[in-house]
Amino acid sequence: MVNGLMWLLGCQLVGEVVVRLTDLPVPGPVVGMAVLLALLVLRRSGDDATVVRAADGLLRHLQLLFVPAGVGVVAYVAVIREDALPITVAMLGSWLVGLLAVGWTARLLTRDHPAEGAAGTVEAGP
Amino acid sequence: MREVLESPVFLLLLTLAAYRLGREVRDRTAGHALAQPALVAIITVALAITALDIDYATYLDGTQVLVFLLGPATVALAVPLHRQLSRLRGFVLPLLVAIPVGVVVSVTTGVLLVRALGGGELLERTMAPKAATTPVSIALSESLGAIAPLTAVLAILIGIVGAVLGPAVLTLARVRERRARGLALGAVSHGIGTSRALAENETEGAFAGLSMGLTALATSLALPVLAAFLL
Repeated sequence: MVNGLMWLLGCQLVGEVVVRLTDLPVPGPVVGMAVLLALLVLRRSGDDATVVRAADGLLRHLQLLFVPAGVGVVAYVAVIREDALPITVAMLGSWLVGLLAVGWTARLLTRDHPAEGAAGTVEAGP
Repeated sequence: MREVLESPVFLLLLTLAAYRLGREVRDRTAGHALAQPALVAIITVALAITALDIDYATYLDGTQVLVFLLGPATVALAVPLHRQLSRLRGFVLPLLVAIPVGVVVSVTTGVLLVRALGGGELLERTMAPKAATTPVSIALSESLGAIAPLTAVLAILIGIVGAVLGPAVLTLARVRERRARGLALGAVSHGIGTSRALAENETEGAFAGLSMGLTALATSLALPVLAAFLL
């Protein structure tokens, strides 16, 4: 666990340093994610690697980590109430358009090579 | 008594207990899409601190250790991404085209809809990063000078919308290929949408996880450019 956490924090630190040095408009942890991905590929890490176990443990309770930020809603009740219409419409509208854009683009580009087998598609039934 | 209620010990215990309650609710309802542990926990904590008259700044201060862990958790997303690399054959082009399309469409429509309905510039900035996974959307919201906690709330809500409505909408839209469905769900509803996709089908869930990671990366890269044009 300690070794795994050291790897995660180490990758994040490298990410933060890279962002600081290059003025990259990307959060440090995202660069850290790319660094860890490269390490996992290079080292051909399996599920028994300490960093993999630490990552799985952390991701299992990822929703817990959103709670403090989410509770911030109490501080913004007034903003949300005042702008309920633009917030609701923009959120749902851009969600729907984004979902369809990605789904249809992917469908269009995979038409030539659809995944084979029963697990590949949803049954077209009722 | 006041200092006990405002201490990290109490505030962390409250948060963990609320999250525990959220998991309990999810298990009791056999994983109903609305029973997201984060949603239940947020409502429970919000009601508790309001009732106890603890202000949000104090609460956030006490739970800094959880906020801190969002960084390493974002790094940890490389692990599910790594597991999916072998399933990519024949799907690289759709992936490389669909994800950026999704990011541009989602950010642009979010900003323009807020503007059209008179939401104001601060709200436009707050809405822009909401399709990225929560830790990344918080970081991006901060870098745009927006209301980061509100972006986080929007990201969580959009995840819940995706978990509840996503699969049905995709079926109606005749997107039946598992990889394409997963890609779409992960791109607009990140972690919470991914957990729903995983419950539908393993391949769908795997591609949703992959899509969530790549969308976070693509949003980070594209947002400064889009912001220069849109905001």
